Amino acid sequence: MILLAAAALAAACLGRYSFDPRETMAVIAYKLGLSDTVNEKMVTILKVIRLPRVFGAMLIGAMLSVSGAIYQINFQNPLVSPDILGVSSGAALGAALAIILGLNMLYRQLFAFIFGLFTVLLSASIPKLLRNSGNMMLVLSGMIVGGFANSLVSILKFIAEEGSDLASIVYWQMGSISALKGHELLSVLPIALCCITAMLLLSWRLNIVSFGEVEAKTLGVNIKALRTGIILCASLLTASAVSISGTIGWIGLVIPHLGRLLVGPDNTRCLPVTAILGALFMLFIDTLARTLFTLEIPLSILTGIIGAPCFAILLWRQKTMVQ
Amino acid sequence: MLLSVHDLSFAYPSEPCLFKNVSFTMGEGQVLTILGPNGVGKTTLLNCLAGLSKPDAGEILLQDKPLSRLSFGEIARRLAYVPQTIIPSFDYLVIEYVVAASAPYLKTFERPKAEHYLQAEQALRRLDILHLADKSYRNLSGGERQQVCIARAIMQRSKLILMDEPTAHLDYGNQIKILKIIRELAQEGYCVICTTHNPDHCLLLQSQVALLDDHAAFSFGTHTEIISQQTLQSLYDADIRLTALEDNGRKLCYVRQL
Repeated sequence: MILLAAAALAAACLGRYSFDPRETMAVIAYKLGLSDTVNEKMVTILKVIRLPRVFGAMLIGAMLSVSGAIYQINFQNPLVSPDILGVSSGAALGAALAIILGLNMLYRQLFAFIFGLFTVLLSASIPKLLRNSGNMMLVLSGMIVGGFANSLVSILKFIAEEGSDLASIVYWQMGSISALKGHELLSVLPIALCCITAMLLLSWRLNIVSFGEVEAKTLGVNIKALRTGIILCASLLTASAVSISGTIGWIGLVIPHLGRLLVGPDNTRCLPVTAILGALFMLFIDTLARTLFTLEIPLSILTGIIGAPCFAILLWRQKTMVQ
Repeated sequence: MLLSVHDLSFAYPSEPCLFKNVSFTMGEGQVLTILGPNGVGKTTLLNCLAGLSKPDAGEILLQDKPLSRLSFGEIARRLAYVPQTIIPSFDYLVIEYVVAASAPYLKTFERPKAEHYLQAEQALRRLDILHLADKSYRNLSGGERQQVCIARAIMQRSKLILMDEPTAHLDYGNQIKILKIIRELAQEGYCVICTTHNPDHCLLLQSQVALLDDHAAFSFGTHTEIISQQTLQSLYDADIRLTALEDNGRKLCYVRQL
C-alpha cells in the first residue's frame, strides 16, 4: 500500500510538465485546505489531467487483475482471463455499438456489461455442449467467441462514420486512458469498489470454489450462488474497465499469476496482493506510455510487450500448470 | 441411526435403471463397503447419499432428517465426502486444503481462525501426517493425498464419512494403510461407507457389504451373509475361491487361475 502511494505520487509528478514531488504534495495539501500558496497552473494540470489519470490507471489495473483472478478461480483454470474468455472483446463490441449509436457513458457501460456477460456465458457453455471440461477446451472456446466478437467490432468499424466515430473506436480498441475525465472515473468507481470489496470479503470462500463443484458442495458451500456472484462481479469489473479505457490485454492473465507466485494461492492473501500489483503495474505502464515518447503509446501495445514475456517466464517457473 | 435409506432408485435420463429398491441403515462404528463391477453405479449411489445426485425415488434420512430438505451446509455437518482424488488447479498447501473443512461451521464472510488451523493440525496429527502440513498438496504422492483428504473429512466433525474408492491408484502398502485407517475410524465411532473393487477388502474390514450387480439388483448384509464363492464368481465372471487362513481364521478370497 505504501509502495502504491509512493508510486502514485511519482507518477503524478512525471509528464510533459514535470513537477517536484514537494510541489505536488503542496498542491494536494492546498486542495485539502492545509496550505494556501500554490501555482495555479500546476493545480489545473494536476486536477484536470494528471490525477484522474493516475487514479484511473490504478483503478483499471486493480479491476482487470481482480477480474482475471476471479475468472481463474471460478473456472478452476489458471489459463483464463477477461481477454482469453472473450469478455473484453464482447464488452468492446457493446461499447463500440454504443459509440456508433451516439449514446452516452452510462449506456456505453451498460452495453459493455451486457455484451461482456453474454460472451462469458457463451464461452463457458461451449465446453459443456461438447462435454469436454479440460483447461484447453475453455481457452479454445474463448478464442472462438472472442474472435467472433472481434469480427463484429470490425464490421462496426467498417460502417462507422469516417472521422470521429471510427477514430474513437480504433483508438479506444487499443486501450488508452489519455482522455479519461474525472466524471467518467467517478461513474465506474462505485461499481469497482463494490465488486472488489465483495470479492475481498469472500476471499476465503473463493478458495473452496477453486477446488471445484463436488468438493465445494460437500464442504457445505452454496456453489451456484457463489459462482453467479463471481461471474457477475468479474464481468462488471471487466466491462466497466473496458467502457472507460478500451481493451487492455494481458493484465488480467499475468497479474494473478504473479500474485500467486509471490504469496501462494490462498485468496485471503492472494486477492488483495493481486489488486495492488495490478494497480502498480498499470500505473507503471501508463506512466511509461505518456513519458517514453512525445507521442502517447496505446496501452495494449505496452501491456503486450511487457506482459507477454512476463507470462512466458511465469509459465516456465510453474511448468506443471498447463497439464 | 446415522443413515437410513429406503427404496432408493436412480436412472440417468433415457437410460435403464442403474439401481432400485436400495434400502439399508447404518449406525455409529459400522463400515459399509459397496461392491460391484465397473459402471453399475457405485459412485452414483454414493453421490445420492451425499446429496450430489438426486435419486428418482426413495428417501434418505441423515440422522433422521430427510436429506432432500437439508441445505448443503447442514449436510456437510452430518457427512463428509472423500471423492476420488481430484487434483486442484491451484497449488495450495496441505494445511490450507484441510482447513477448508471449517467451511460448514463458518458464516459466508467469515474466515477460519487460529482454532480452526489448530483443528486442522490435530486432524493431520491423528493420521501421523503433520509433517505434510506445509507441503504443496499437488506434489504429494497418491497415498499421502488420500490421507490428507481423510484428515479433512475428520476435521469436518461429521460422524458419517463417505469415500469413493479410497484405495484406487494406491500401491499395496498404501491400500493396507488406508484400510487400517478405516477400521480405526470405525473403532472410534465413525460410520464409514466406501466403494471398492476388491472383495478382499470387505473381508479384511469385516464390514457390512452392499452388492450392486449389472441387473440393477441390490443386496445388503454382513460380509458373511453376502460374500460367497458363488456370488463372487458370478459377479466378476472369474474362478474366484473363498478360503480361511489356518493361523487366524481370516477369510480370504483369491483368483485360482486366469
